[in-house]
Amino acid sequence: MLDFHESAIAVAYIVAAVLFIFGLKQLSSPATARAGNRLAALGMFVALGATLLDRQIISFWLIAGGTLLGAAIGIYFARTVQMTAMPQMVALFNGMGGGTAALVSVAEYLRLSRDGILIGMGESTSIVLGTAIGAISFTGSLIAFGKLQEILSGKPLQFPLQRLLNALILLSVLVLGGLIVSGRASTNALWLLFATALVLGAMFVLPIGGGDMPVVISILNSLTGLAAALTGFVLHNQMLVVAGVLVGASGTLLTLLMSRAMNRSVGNVLFGAFGAAGGGAASTASTEQHTIRQTTVEDTAIALAYARSVVIVPGYGLAVAEAQHTVRELATDLEKRGVDVKYAIHPVAGRMPGHMNVLLAEANVPYDQLLEMEQVNGEFPQTDVVLVVGANDVVNPAARDDPTSSIYGMPILDVDRARNIIVLKRSMGHGFAGIDNALFYHEKTRMLFGDARQSLTQVGQALKNA
Amino acid sequence: MSNELVLGIYVFIMAIFVGYEVISRVPSVLHTPLMSGTNAIHGIVVLGAFLVAGAADTTLLRVLGFIAVVFGAANVFGGFVVTDRMLEMFKKKAPTENKNA
Repeated sequence: MLDFHESAIAVAYIVAAVLFIFGLKQLSSPATARAGNRLAALGMFVALGATLLDRQIISFWLIAGGTLLGAAIGIYFARTVQMTAMPQMVALFNGMGGGTAALVSVAEYLRLSRDGILIGMGESTSIVLGTAIGAISFTGSLIAFGKLQEILSGKPLQFPLQRLLNALILLSVLVLGGLIVSGRASTNALWLLFATALVLGAMFVLPIGGGDMPVVISILNSLTGLAAALTGFVLHNQMLVVAGVLVGASGTLLTLLMSRAMNRSVGNVLFGAFGAAGGGAASTASTEQHTIRQTTVEDTAIALAYARSVVIVPGYGLAVAEAQHTVRELATDLEKRGVDVKYAIHPVAGRMPGHMNVLLAEANVPYDQLLEMEQVNGEFPQTDVVLVVGANDVVNPAARDDPTSSIYGMPILDVDRARNIIVLKRSMGHGFAGIDNALFYHEKTRMLFGDARQSLTQVGQALKNA
Repeated sequence: MSNELVLGIYVFIMAIFVGYEVISRVPSVLHTPLMSGTNAIHGIVVLGAFLVAGAADTTLLRVLGFIAVVFGAANVFGGFVVTDRMLEMFKKKAPTENKNA
């Protein structure tokens, strides 16, 4: 029988698990999402509070100090981060979680082997996997953070024999793990495994391009969940198993949904080294039709003012220029003139699925004006003007028409079917895929070069005189 | 295999089904906040860090435990706060929804 302490902990854990499940359920619907997140946070509070009753704990100083410091760091970043930087923020927090799982596994192994406690096969397997997966998630997330924050180059990093080298690193992790599980290794082997897995995490993410980071972060997110569940086996704690697996499973599903939105398999994202391919095909296409037609702020304002319907296609460029408020003001002015304004949201607009919705919501864009790809594609032929603001690959007709293109097959917004297209862009630079965009050379397309926010502000002013 | 391990595996498998079922029909609008929210939930691993740090009796274990608690707490608190900030914006648009303003 459990004594009072143990019973209280067990009951609290059950309550927390139920709160997590309901929280997740509510998180997956827009109306209840915020309440769901708070419910999950309450579950966390209950679980952590109950854990403090554990008799194994002899000193609270480290726990209190560490929690205060960690919470201060976490809350500071969470409060101050720009909405555009959300993907890298998630990556960073995810890396912290992965690091925790690895450190807990290592520490528990050190304690058990020092005290001469016999470590069973199930436990040692969990320790090895928890350490390896946690460490991979830690450095993998940090590299993803570096790429998105542009500390590291967003381009895939490739070098000769890379796959062979990575396979060797993976093999050494597996061999070390096998030795530890079979009990034929000293504690130093686990430290070595920890270090090797740290290297593996970095090597695994380095060859993946910046545009694919959201999928990578989602995979690492589910891996951290799995690592947390494994520490549950190490510490004989069911709470960790339940919550960790919940995240592992839902994260895996989320990864599949995201890669489906990009029409790519997860394997292709991880091992495709996207940006390197397709460069040749794109250059042949660009030599055929070279003319770019530029337009002015005034002409853009007039085209918009006298249109009946305008569809705005926001991309990551809009987020970078922090132009979401400006674009909303312009849309409001157009509506006052009786223009029908809608926004076309590609599933992977921004840098993470759903990211653009967050950014536009921040600028108070009414929800019913945001159209998803399937809804809006039928409307383009009846649209007078499409205003593309900093989007690139998601409007590239090559994805539909050119089987040699590296993005062929990715669902796109068919903006080239609209009557007029105006593209706001900083330069003729490439998108994440690193390929040319035939849309920019289209006879119906006019380019308005410059910073998106500045251009939109000027268009807004010109509109008042139009 | 111990009974406890068998029970753990049982819980593990059940939780896979629950995790999969619970978010199977999520709109892409919510992918970012959902990723961020689940990210906060796996911060539960800080609970393991509590146990390790609380029971630590050597300097090495104390150092490992302390770092683990700091990382884990950053994951939990940062994750929930940032998700809440994101979702707050989704809520704001209802009252300001006046198309002809």
